[in-house]
Amino acid sequence: MSLAELMGCVLLGALLIYAVLGGADFGGGVWDLFASGPRAAQQRKLIEKALAPVWEANHVWLILAVVLLFGCFPVAFSVITTALHVPLSLMLLGIVLRGSAFTIRQYDTTQGITHLKWGRVFAISSVITPLFLGIIVGALSAGEIRVENDIPVTGFFAPWFNLFSGMVGLFTLALFSFLAAVFLIHETDDVLLQNDFRKRALYAAIAVGVFALATGWSARGESLHEFRGRLLGSWWSILLQITTAATALGVFFSLWKRHFRMARILAAAQVCLIISGWAFAQFPYLIAPDVRLEAAAAPAQVLRITFLILGLGLFVLVPSLFWLFRIFKFTSKK
Amino acid sequence: MVLVYVQRYLAETDLSYKKGMHAVNDLLFARAQMAMSLGFHIIFAVIGMAMPLLMVISEVLWLKTKDPQYLELTKRWSKGTAVMFAVGAVSGTVLSFELGLLFPTFMRHAGPLVGMPFSLEGFAFFTEAIFLGIYLYGWGKISKGLHLAAGIVVALSGALSGAFVTLVNAWMNTPEGFRLVDGKFVDIDPLEAFFTPAAPHEVIHMLVSAYMATGFAVAAVHAHALLKKRNVAFHQKALSIALFMAIPFTLVQPLVGHFAAQRIAVLQPMKLAAAEGLFETTKQAPLALGGIPNYETEKLEYALEIPKALSFLAFNDFDAEVKGLKEIPKKDWPHPIVHWAFDLMVGIGTFLAGVAVWGAWLGYKKGFQFDQKYFLRTLLVSGPLGFIAIEAGWTVTEMGRQPWVIYNVLRTADAVTPMPGIIVPFVTFSIVYLFLSVAVVTLLVRQFRATSDVILETKGDHP
Repeated sequence: MSLAELMGCVLLGALLIYAVLGGADFGGGVWDLFASGPRAAQQRKLIEKALAPVWEANHVWLILAVVLLFGCFPVAFSVITTALHVPLSLMLLGIVLRGSAFTIRQYDTTQGITHLKWGRVFAISSVITPLFLGIIVGALSAGEIRVENDIPVTGFFAPWFNLFSGMVGLFTLALFSFLAAVFLIHETDDVLLQNDFRKRALYAAIAVGVFALATGWSARGESLHEFRGRLLGSWWSILLQITTAATALGVFFSLWKRHFRMARILAAAQVCLIISGWAFAQFPYLIAPDVRLEAAAAPAQVLRITFLILGLGLFVLVPSLFWLFRIFKFTSKK
Repeated sequence: MVLVYVQRYLAETDLSYKKGMHAVNDLLFARAQMAMSLGFHIIFAVIGMAMPLLMVISEVLWLKTKDPQYLELTKRWSKGTAVMFAVGAVSGTVLSFELGLLFPTFMRHAGPLVGMPFSLEGFAFFTEAIFLGIYLYGWGKISKGLHLAAGIVVALSGALSGAFVTLVNAWMNTPEGFRLVDGKFVDIDPLEAFFTPAAPHEVIHMLVSAYMATGFAVAAVHAHALLKKRNVAFHQKALSIALFMAIPFTLVQPLVGHFAAQRIAVLQPMKLAAAEGLFETTKQAPLALGGIPNYETEKLEYALEIPKALSFLAFNDFDAEVKGLKEIPKKDWPHPIVHWAFDLMVGIGTFLAGVAVWGAWLGYKKGFQFDQKYFLRTLLVSGPLGFIAIEAGWTVTEMGRQPWVIYNVLRTADAVTPMPGIIVPFVTFSIVYLFLSVAVVTLLVRQFRATSDVILETKGDHP
């Protein structure tokens, strides 16, 4: 495996962790928006309690991914930020408003109308962000970004304003909501609240299935021919699809049997498998069909130093994160 | 069906832009958006960096004295930190993308060279976020000693992350670690690019200003309460800690600034010339205070000049030659605002140093009790000044670097995105940031009001 491919794996790793942790935080915002029934207020409270200590740390995985992208694959970064300026800006607006609104609502001492309004901003921006994140990821595969001399030449809308990218956006939204619902069940001891989120998790799991099929259906265009070929015709395709399907059934089963801890682990695994499947099908491209991972990479010296920093960084990061999650997640049910 | 129409419409708009309707103003709006985003982020970043030091000092005092007022103070300050840190974190994320969104050509070349400080910053920031989470929500869940340790890690990693990010700017001002061959960056050496000649003065100047500005801002809040005679004992303690942090940094800053100016005189003489409004290369150059740099007549008008002082300050020699703007073509001169921003920054720095001396003297005389009305009123005025000085200082650094994005290597105009209509994101982000500024200030004021009338117990009240 070349240095560039290895760095590509690291990038994928950061993306997977961001999707599982940060994605669930956005999903939490989605369920804030859809909080309903007699326990709507308690649902919102639970979401807030679950997110508060960890959302900022979870968010940093995205920053790490971006920094690795521009440090190690500068050409890809400049192409993406140029061709996908519009969805990126919209995603950033979502990120800014989600984080600010959540914090402002949390520390707002009044419980009146402003409190509700900030809650709305938090919830709506939690929907917008994953949608555009998905659109951006979809656009990397959609094959509509053409590049000449390291500069994108297909304009600022066509690369992402297509059916496939849009479907990936909705699929991402469904995935994050599904994760959040499954995670939230295990955050409370209140059986009624558990039932609320169990019901939501089951609906969301169905939505994930529906959007997975719809996304597949939307990938029938000519520009996605190669991507589709790799996704369905590679040696790993069958294996990946069977595992993913089995994991999905496992989530249903453990939700059914109320093994909520197991459901958590399987849901995270399912999301990782889906994203990995995308990444494998994307390879050898960073941006299909003109920017290859290998060609976009920075000189070997840069990659080597980045690995060194990653090694040192993880040495500090892993125990710190472990401590954070041990305090607030592994033991907490109260 | 609708989708197909919209798609076709958008494709046509794309085409019309490509045919040369690209507005000239896009460069200006791209720069404005970057400046606005940075100017917004820097306030939150600075507070998120310096506030943890205050809350840690207060927590240490609580552990030592067992005075519940210190605990209350620690908790209130950490709430403020939480809000500022959150907004700083998300606006920082925006910036890391905006580097590419607005100046993709810059990032295509600079990415591998500044990737190292940026990834280190990423990890420092990660550490800060993790331990702030533990600190804010870990009360009662972990031991007191570990809690304090988490706070110390927050304060340290905050400072580190500020330092790493400033290294990136230092590289833009004094780029190293590559060779330019036919417009291509070759022989890339990230280690050499990591610590460039501008790094020492930029990093120290930035960090010191963070503690200074935050210290004075916090002092002003508590001075306000003291002037209104609310919870005097409590706010007296808060004010003492804030000044305890602000005073030493403020007294050291003039020396750091002097060091910075001497480095700039060597590394970026045109930035110094623009800051001083010096047009002709001059021996025994005078130090100009105020005045209007007139780019038409190429003279600095209405300035107060101290003979030979600039030569001495820049090179420790009254006869030294200081380079003037006329050394380079007029079209490359930095904007005259650099001179005003520089004077504003130096003026505020000097004023605050005076306040710090006054505070130190009062503290020495009265055992760190600050109840003098005039001093408290002065503090009230000083509150926002540190931040104004920071904004002015960044104006000097950034506008003084123009027209280059990578100094003497890549012009800003050549690095800007081909994306048309940059006015749209500029206006959108401006509105959002303005709205958030108002919201955060309202929140903090409301929180301060809600808590400032609560009568607080102190150990001294119970004999």
